[in-house]
Amino acid sequence: MEGKESEVVLIGTWASAFCKRVELALKLKGIPYEFVEEDLENKSELLLRNNPVHRKVPVLLHKGKAIPESLVILEYIDEYWTKAPRLLPDDPYQRAKIRFWANYHDEKIAQAITPIIFSEGKEREKVIEDFQQLLKVFEEGIERDFQGKSPFLHGGNLGFLDLVVGTYACNYQAFHDSIAVVFETEKNPQFFSWLMALKDHPRIKETLPPSDKLATKYKELFLPPYSKRIATIRERYLQSPKA
Amino acid sequence: MAEEVKLFGIRGSPFSHRIEIALKLKGVSYEYIEEDLQNKSPLLLKYNPVHKKIPVLLHNGKPIAESIVILEYIEETWKTNPILPADPYERAIARFWAKFLDDKCMLAAWNACWAKEKEREKAMEEASEGLKTLEGELKDKKFFGGDKVGMVDIVATFIAFWLTAVQEVVGADLLTPEKFPILFKWSEDLVGCPIIKENLPPRDLLTANFRARLESSK
Repeated sequence: MEGKESEVVLIGTWASAFCKRVELALKLKGIPYEFVEEDLENKSELLLRNNPVHRKVPVLLHKGKAIPESLVILEYIDEYWTKAPRLLPDDPYQRAKIRFWANYHDEKIAQAITPIIFSEGKEREKVIEDFQQLLKVFEEGIERDFQGKSPFLHGGNLGFLDLVVGTYACNYQAFHDSIAVVFETEKNPQFFSWLMALKDHPRIKETLPPSDKLATKYKELFLPPYSKRIATIRERYLQSPKA
Repeated sequence: MAEEVKLFGIRGSPFSHRIEIALKLKGVSYEYIEEDLQNKSPLLLKYNPVHKKIPVLLHNGKPIAESIVILEYIEETWKTNPILPADPYERAIARFWAKFLDDKCMLAAWNACWAKEKEREKAMEEASEGLKTLEGELKDKKFFGGDKVGMVDIVATFIAFWLTAVQEVVGADLLTPEKFPILFKWSEDLVGCPIIKENLPPRDLLTANFRARLESSK
């Protein structure tokens, strides 16, 4: 393969916010890349070879070496291409706080969507409430840990947490239109305002997929009949111990 | 300015011990505060209000929670004896394996040891898959960090020390020299390192805890 583009390859899907994070990071740093669209229902040899452990997207290929896991990839991008803009600040304590909240977002908030998809009626109402409570913890935590110096759109620039949270902006809208309403602005006003501000940022706006296209995709994926892949995820969720 | 480092932990917790290992490796003096999970101190609740868990590191009054976040903070703050490689790609791979250990491997191994009869076979299979993956990553390296102990080894002390103690008590044979010769050798080499050995809990404390747990589950 010739040319600089092929030095950096991103294996991903257009609908995945985790993949969009990586795209946004590459774009912000002005790194040319080739995007390879993966079919998750029929995983390619390229994906399976480069992420044999998890078989998931995104995977970054740089000079042929594979790096999976979006947060790991973001840190790699920031450490390899040290030019501006920096995604993480230099101070270890600030970095620790950002990593803590990025983990909280991915491990708690993002994971809380699965129960909402696969439940109904009273149970769904409950898991939506749980989700809103997680957002509340996030709002309060960010306020407490950053004390007036919001890590979102800091000085107008996009940083690590902007990429982590902001790339979800259209997904929530699409989710509302296809599956269930999870946002009530009165319950999570601060999170909602971050999301809207991020959604409107020009670099994010030009990178995220249109929410109506996403909504169609979600209806396809998360309403029965389920694909084999989604059915497996659903089975695993239904069998897991509930709180 | 005098450095003030405090660690809130629990004797016997793999997450707590991994922080002690890292601090000792880097020659950082700290005050250790033993927490009681049944009776969490106001300080712990103040410094980790989100998860209310140990370990929590307090550095000059600044709290850091989540063991891998703490390890990265320690690495970035005290430069002696680095636990992450210098090369960005190698660092990314180390982070990947640390996550794999915590998110998948440890939980699978733990579940397999405590699984009820009918779930045991499946749980053991899943746990074995995890160990097989680790063995594949080690290949011909002495440690995950190469010649020296690194962050992945520190995170994986659960496998090297805790797992061998649990499996002895419950009678599971997950990590054996026959099944995983490379991983087994690694576990012995790791636990044999002075810096690791000195900062592990006494084995009989662990086995006593696990025995008590086994009894109460009957």
